[in-house]
Amino acid sequence: MTRLTRWSAAELAARIHAQDITAVEVTRAHLDRITAVDPALHAFLHLDAPAALAAAAAVDDGLRRGDPPASPLAGVPLAIKDVFTTIDMPTTCGSRTLQGWRPPYDATVTRKLRAAGVVIVGKTNMDEFAMGSSTENSAYGPTRNPWDLDRVPGGSGGGSAAAVAAFEVPLAVGTDTGGSIRQPSAVTGTVGVKPTYGGVSRYGLVAFSSSLDQGGPVARTVLDAALLHEVIGGYDPLDSTSIDAPVPPVVQAARAGAAGDLTGIRVGVVSQFGGDGYQPGVLNAFEVAVSRLRELGAQVVEVSCPSFDHALPAYYLIAPSECSSNLARFDGMRYGLRVGDDGNRSAEEVMALTREAGFGPEVKRRIMLGTYALSAGYYDAYYGQAQKVRTLIIRDFAAAFERVDVLVSPTTPTTAFRIGERVDDPLAMYLSDLCTIPANLAGNAALSVPAGLSDDDGLPVGLQVMAPALADDRAYRVAAAYEVARDGAEGGPLAQRVPDLEVVGR
Amino acid sequence: MTAALMDYDEVLERFDPVLGLEVHVELSTATKMFCGCANVFGTPPNTQVCPTCLGLPGALPVLNGVAVESAMRIGLALNCSIAPWCRFARKNYFYPDMPKNFQTSQYDEPIAVNGSLAVELSDGSVFTVAIERAHMEEDTGKSLHVGGADGRIHGASHSLLDYNRAGVPLIEVVTKPIEGAGARAPEIARAYVTALRDLLRALGVSDVRMDQGSMRCDANVSLMPRGSSTFGTRTETKNVNSLRSVERAVRYEMCRQGAVLASGGRIVQETRHFDEAGGTTSAGRRKETSEDYRYFPEPDLVPIAPSDAWVQRLRATLPELPWQRRARAKTEWGLSDLELRDLVNAGALDLIAATVDAGAPAAEARSWWVSYLSQQTNSRGVELADLPITPAQVARVIALVAEGALTNNLARQVVDGVLAKEGEPDEVVAAHGLAVVSDDAALTAAVEQALAAAPDIADKIRGGKLAAAGAIVGAVMKATGGQANAQRVRELVLALVSA
Repeated sequence: MTRLTRWSAAELAARIHAQDITAVEVTRAHLDRITAVDPALHAFLHLDAPAALAAAAAVDDGLRRGDPPASPLAGVPLAIKDVFTTIDMPTTCGSRTLQGWRPPYDATVTRKLRAAGVVIVGKTNMDEFAMGSSTENSAYGPTRNPWDLDRVPGGSGGGSAAAVAAFEVPLAVGTDTGGSIRQPSAVTGTVGVKPTYGGVSRYGLVAFSSSLDQGGPVARTVLDAALLHEVIGGYDPLDSTSIDAPVPPVVQAARAGAAGDLTGIRVGVVSQFGGDGYQPGVLNAFEVAVSRLRELGAQVVEVSCPSFDHALPAYYLIAPSECSSNLARFDGMRYGLRVGDDGNRSAEEVMALTREAGFGPEVKRRIMLGTYALSAGYYDAYYGQAQKVRTLIIRDFAAAFERVDVLVSPTTPTTAFRIGERVDDPLAMYLSDLCTIPANLAGNAALSVPAGLSDDDGLPVGLQVMAPALADDRAYRVAAAYEVARDGAEGGPLAQRVPDLEVVGR
Repeated sequence: MTAALMDYDEVLERFDPVLGLEVHVELSTATKMFCGCANVFGTPPNTQVCPTCLGLPGALPVLNGVAVESAMRIGLALNCSIAPWCRFARKNYFYPDMPKNFQTSQYDEPIAVNGSLAVELSDGSVFTVAIERAHMEEDTGKSLHVGGADGRIHGASHSLLDYNRAGVPLIEVVTKPIEGAGARAPEIARAYVTALRDLLRALGVSDVRMDQGSMRCDANVSLMPRGSSTFGTRTETKNVNSLRSVERAVRYEMCRQGAVLASGGRIVQETRHFDEAGGTTSAGRRKETSEDYRYFPEPDLVPIAPSDAWVQRLRATLPELPWQRRARAKTEWGLSDLELRDLVNAGALDLIAATVDAGAPAAEARSWWVSYLSQQTNSRGVELADLPITPAQVARVIALVAEGALTNNLARQVVDGVLAKEGEPDEVVAAHGLAVVSDDAALTAAVEQALAAAPDIADKIRGGKLAAAGAIVGAVMKATGGQANAQRVRELVLALVSA
């Protein structure tokens, strides 16, 4: 049975739809795997085995009746980051303030997954309200990296990335505000995609920073990510910032890319992302990746995007500003945690006590940063200035995409760091997202695809591929071609080389 | 505690009042500003709510297009410029009746700016109020404070929250400072709110019921020494729930501030609460350090960029506006200024105009609304517009009288039937058999019967005393319950007597 968990989502779906195996068998295999390894990993905050098996049985029943599968992923198990609302499971956002909160409605992403017959097995761990780069900011304890249990799986979506990397599920959904899908994927050897802003509905995604948040797929192969992208993507009238355009043809692009030919594709290497502060093993892996792209026929040039140097500070003004407003609603008045309501205290006092007890230190830090940045007299110097930087970054991307089809960089400056290593140094933690933030600020598409192991510590490295807005398919095509070349050169998919936790685990 | 008040005339001798009026209007759209919940008044608490208007985690707003069009129409009717590009902003502050702890509003980019409203005063003169802006926002929920004095939060043991109103579309219309009003400041304030109410009613965008809170006025008042051009510190009076209260609140604040200033005190910039019963204001929230709302552009909504074509299309939908209608009524109906003002004050002008539009002659339409129907409002204690009869129904009754199908007496009975909700005028006529009888066979029989019952009168008529015929006509009318065509009865009496 365990072997089933090693298959890709595309392979599983094909076998289920051909009725070679049942969705129930597949789901049970993954639930067993979760039972075996999650005590060591802590990727999940909530599991619902009965509901998952029932959903799988419904898919099997339909297939037996002769119904066509509801989608190319019908019957495939999946985990959802605990930031999307689910009517049948709690939604905590990794925060104490929402402990046990059961939303009365499904997020659009959740609804689309159910409609597609995808089997939702549970909700994954995350940094509180998606603020962090290590999943250590979860109120429910950290998730561990399956490549080395003493290391972080990245964040904020460390739970989703670890669950996919450890074969607990073949697919997961994450959210990416400054790199929260791509950075965990890079350090866990998985594929993570931040679609074009507006490509995946934010309705039911508990907001951290509304103008940056974007849901997207996590998978072990580029094709699997593309299949999931097409299930969750598309226009949603409930999200005013959703793009009313067809989902870019990412599955077609992934299949085309798998032919291994990038002749005529122009690839730009972002010159700002390298040098001091980058782990040598990461840079070496990146160089090897770029040379593979060249071997595939791509024309590689260096491209300078000078405004990218200002992306990190701009991000740490815009995201906290929006978060200070978005998180104001967690006041204990209507739902979630309430502290100090002893019949004598005023509503204002109860609000303050609830927020003091309900939020962790990183969330409080960002609320304070944002509150300050939006204050009268400081707005222009901070928020206003950051928005100008954002415009410059958009211009840098536009200029770059006139010269090249995609941009590439390492996804993260380093491989997975040790648990606890950066918790007392927020600035070091923030640097994890140095390379991923520009795409959030500009709103264009970007993904991370495994680029082998670092030669200095043997941990996964990610190759980031960035494409223009609504040209997500370009990034998929390049990533799929690269994936085939790397697998060929390295004797198989990187993901299959993750240590066997059932042996290593405790 | 009652504040010291300065005599009104003395206030005016020493100070010039400056007003600023902020009127919030709830739009009567079918649904709320940012979600599909019904926008209705008076339903049980927390029944018109959804994840979006409750501000649940993850929920997002979607802008109500009808509300945007209403805002643009209001702007156009107030002679404002419609912004070619505008957006929403978040106004951040914590209050339990605000589900998100921010209000989605418009800040420095409102949809309509720089307009004016010509306001007619009781002496017939016109004062033009400059409009600063009209912007869109969402209403908050309602707090009900239990256990304290007169429902206020101070001293309350607990509060109940009703979010039915949360997310109801609001338009806020803000005037520029109104200077030079002098003694007429209270009257101008009232006349402005009245004119705005009539305008919004004509546009059909709101119920404009101050008693139900669908129109709310905040009155900013300050005094500056006469001859000065530097504004004094202002107070903002809230809870002004009727037109009369607008006038009273302004006057009270002028007298109160006059007394404070004359005694060497200074005005505290604060929100004050109008007490309807006493006609006084009392201190509320202090605004000494202006609250920092940390406004920033609402990232969950996209900007609105009305095209010229859209603006022109909406301009074409503007109905005849109150002042245009008044001008037309004067010329077309031949009314004097005084007659017109009486109609306006009685709230009859629009109803008469609509009755005329439905085909009735102006004189009859006026007569019905200002006499018989006005009497009905007195006995029922409602406004003319709230009577359960439409201008079209009144026009139909007038037409039936003109055709000779109803007498005036019967017409009033038909109107009573309509008011009693028995149906359309024609249905009431049919149900009660109220139509005038002009059928000769039926009338001849009735006349013969009446003549036979009064042979002496018949003889008088034969003897040439034609006036005596009136008694027979009267008897026939009585016998037919007033439904006979009196003119025809008279002809038949004379014909039968001389036969």
